[in-house]
This record gives sequence, structure tokens and C-alpha cells, in this order.
Amino acid sequence: METLLEPLSYAFFQKGLLVASLSGALLGLIGVYIVLRGMSYIGHGLSHSIFGGFAAMQLFAAQFYAIGAGLWGIASALAITTVTKRSRVGADAAIGVITIASFALGVALFAKFGTSGPSFENALFGSILGISTGQIVGLVAVSILTVAFVTLRYRALLFSTFDPDVAAVSGVNVGRIEAALMVVLSLAILATLTVIGVTLVAAMLVIPAVIARMLTDSFGRMLAYSTLIGTLCGLVGMYASYYADVPSGTMIVLVGAALFIVVLASTGGRGLRRSAGLDSHVENTGLAPVITR
Amino acid sequence: MTGTGVGPELIRLDGVNASYDHHLVLEDVSFHVHEDQFTGIVGPSGAGKTTLLRLLLQTLAPVAGTVWRAPDLRVAYVPQLETVSWNFPITVFECVLMSRKSGRLRPWASASEKASVSAVLDRLGIGNLGERHIRELSGGQQQRMFLARALLRQPQVLLLDEPTSGVDISTRHDILHLLADLHEDGVAIVLTTHDLNGMATHLPHLVCVNHRIVGEGTPSEVMTPEVLERTFGARMDVLEHLGVRLVVDEAPTPFTPGEKI
Repeated sequence: METLLEPLSYAFFQKGLLVASLSGALLGLIGVYIVLRGMSYIGHGLSHSIFGGFAAMQLFAAQFYAIGAGLWGIASALAITTVTKRSRVGADAAIGVITIASFALGVALFAKFGTSGPSFENALFGSILGISTGQIVGLVAVSILTVAFVTLRYRALLFSTFDPDVAAVSGVNVGRIEAALMVVLSLAILATLTVIGVTLVAAMLVIPAVIARMLTDSFGRMLAYSTLIGTLCGLVGMYASYYADVPSGTMIVLVGAALFIVVLASTGGRGLRRSAGLDSHVENTGLAPVITR
Repeated sequence: MTGTGVGPELIRLDGVNASYDHHLVLEDVSFHVHEDQFTGIVGPSGAGKTTLLRLLLQTLAPVAGTVWRAPDLRVAYVPQLETVSWNFPITVFECVLMSRKSGRLRPWASASEKASVSAVLDRLGIGNLGERHIRELSGGQQQRMFLARALLRQPQVLLLDEPTSGVDISTRHDILHLLADLHEDGVAIVLTTHDLNGMATHLPHLVCVNHRIVGEGTPSEVMTPEVLERTFGARMDVLEHLGVRLVVDEAPTPFTPGEKI
């Protein structure tokens, strides 16, 4: 009990615990859609892309870096979607070019001009030190927005994730849902970036969702489990970060990885079978709406 | 079983051309769907069968010609089983429920929605499988599940892409009878099939497609060696057994065991 209570006497840890558990829950929730849509790589790419916007904003208006980085991330997500749909470039290639170029730009800007906001290392690997009230408010706002989006558009999100072609002919505006999901994903990455870090956000988008998939065959339960697992990773990871004195993002991800191994060992072949081919649905029959005259 | 379509018109294609990447797939197609229609679209792979479905679904715009649909027409679509992600975490109940009408703001099903899903599952004989994962169903049960999802929308027109592809003979019979029942209940049905003997010959109305409409009519009108050769580009013989037309390949030469091919 002492182990649990002692760090709570520090205000920075209280804030960190709140932000880490909320970040874990948020990424766990949105991660279900990312994993089932076979978009794990886009989570990885977007987090790196946002880093570019984050660095660029230091040059112009450091106090608005969150807004600038968020817009940069949304623009990158929409650029990836547009390039993939309107050219012969595959999604993985488009993500590779657009987001890693953006990341490289960020590294170059940091190296040349430095930063007045979070340090380069904290941006990459996350830190619980110096979390501002504004960041907490931002994270809470994005979490509320995400829960509202997932709740109010539950059917459209599920239908377009499982079967985009039939969803389109059943009255779901698949293009609009995908664009909205990209915006929510960009905001979720931005809001959690400073705690978990650019390089580790993608892992927390994937790990809770994959663990949840190993535990259930129901979509509704997978959403609930993934959110809870993300929260648990955030909570346990924060304590581990405090006692091991290493960046919070790394410990949160390592807790997730350990949980993955435990669940894999306990569910055995059934868990593997469930998580196999998670992204195979993206095979398109060509029925999705297209094409103007 | 009628099905040639003399009731009110629901969908009309007039002189339609369709293409992908400037490659013309269908040319000068005129096709009408009426209220009492039950039509099979037959043709070889790549002939434009699915493209014709896409035009009817209005998920593909024609490059020439016009497509008209009756106002507020309810259309449902059943995909090919091969295109479905069977590992997706979803139960039969969740799968059927996803086609409920939008507008409800809560993610969970209302009591009336639950009752509607249960009723349609019962009607299709899979009422006891609601909590099963979709992967745990047989081919026939999977097809029934997607029919249930389509029927929940109370469609006036039901479009099916290869509904008997990859299912056994008994399941094929079940599906055929099920579709006949739905047609009797007033649902217009258009399906694609490459199964001439198992499916097409039992339908009341056929459309033969090979980049254009090659023939149209009852099986006895279009299942002739001439129309089939124009459709499939190969000679076929047509036999008659118990009043049903059966198509057999016209093999070039008999194969002798031990002969080098």
C-alpha cells in the first residue's frame, strides 16, 4: 500500500497518473478501429508526422504548438487518404513518404533552431514532468470528443470497418466516416504525445486492441476490454516509470507488452487464432462508392 | 414462380457504358428491374456481372447512358462470402444488427431492434445462433446471416453477388428455396451466378452478359448453344432432363489415360 500511496504525495505524479491512464484509455478505444481496419502503420506514421508540425510551430508560435501540430497531423492524414485514393500509390507507401518526410523535417528544425517547448527527448519518449493544466484539459476534451464520436456513430463506424462496400450501399457515408476517424486519431495522438512520446504512441494504439481481440469474439466487448487494458497499462506503467526512473512512455508500452505475453500464454491457440489476420478485411470487392462521370 | 418483371419499374439502366481506368467493361446495356422480378445474371469471369450490380447499386456511375431509381427505393445487397473477413470480432447478432436504420444515438440495441433481429434470424432458421462468432457458422448459415442482415432493411430489391459460390449442393438448394420464398413475399431479386446447372437453370429469368447483354429471357429461351457460345466464348451442348435444361461442355477430344497432355 505504501508503494501505491507514496508517489501520490507528489502533485506531478497525480497529474501524470491521470494523464497516463486517460491516454491509455483513449488510445485503447480508438486503437480498436485502427487495428481492425489494418491501419496500424498509419498510427505509427501519424505520430511521426505530428512531430514535424510540432517542431515547425516552435519557429512561428511556440505557445500554439499543439494547435499547429494537430493541424499538421490532420493535413497529413487527409493527404495520405487522398494520395492513396487518387493515385496508384499504396497506403503503406504514401504513409512512408508523407509522414517520415515530416518527421525528418521536424528533426532538422529541432537540430537547427532548438525548442522553447518540450525537449526533443521528451517529445520522442514522453515525460510526466511539467504536464500543464492546459494539456490535461486538452486530453480530457479529446477523450470526450472520441467517446462521443464512437458512441454516436457506433453503427456507421462498425459497418464501415467490417464491410465498407455494403455499408456504402446501406446508407453509410463511408468517406466521411473515414475522414472523421482520421481527424479523431490525429487529435488523440496529439493529446497523448507528451506523455507517451512520438515513437511509442503507435504501440499503445495497437497493443491493447490486440490483447482485447485475443480475449473476445464480440466487437462491443473488444471495445470495452481494449479501453480498460489501455487504462491499466497507463496506471501500472506510471508507477513502474516512477520506481524505475525511466521515461513514462517506455514503461507504459513495456507493461502492455508484458500483458500481451501473459494473455497470449493463457489463451494459447484460441488467442492466436482470434488475432491472426486482423487486417485481412481490407480486401476490397470494388463496390465502394466511386467515381464521377 | 414468375420473374420476368411486368410490375412497376424500380430501377432502369438505359444505354449504359461503364469503365474502370478508361477500360470499357460494359457497353450499351439497357436493363430494367421490376417489382416482381427474379433474375440471374450469368456470364464468364470478367464479363461485367459485378459491374452491372454496381450500376444497379449506384456505387458506380456510368460513363454514358442513364440510371434511374424509384424514389426512396430500399435496396439491400448480399456480398460474396469470399470477400468477408471471417476473423473480424463480431457475433451473428451484431452482424445482422449493423444494418438497422441509422438515427439511434445509443450504440446498444433497443428492445424493438432486438426483437426485429431475433424475428429475422428465426425466419431464416438460425435463431439459435445469435451469440456465435461468424466464423463458427457453416457456409449455408453464413449466407443466411447475410440475408438476414439484408432483410432487416426490409428491401424492395435484393441484389446478391454469387450467393451459391463455394457452398455444397444441399445448401445451394436451401438458398434457392429461400430466395424463391422471398420473391413470393414481394422482394425483387437480382443475382449473379456462374453456376449454370445448379442455379441459373432454376431461375425464371436470365440475362447473359459478356461486356454487353448477349441474351435475355427464360432459361429455355437463352440456354441454347448459340447464346451460350456468344456469352462464354466456348461451344456447349444443352440437354433436357425432366423439363430442366442442363449445359455440358463440348470437349474437344476425349482424353486417353497415359496420354501426354
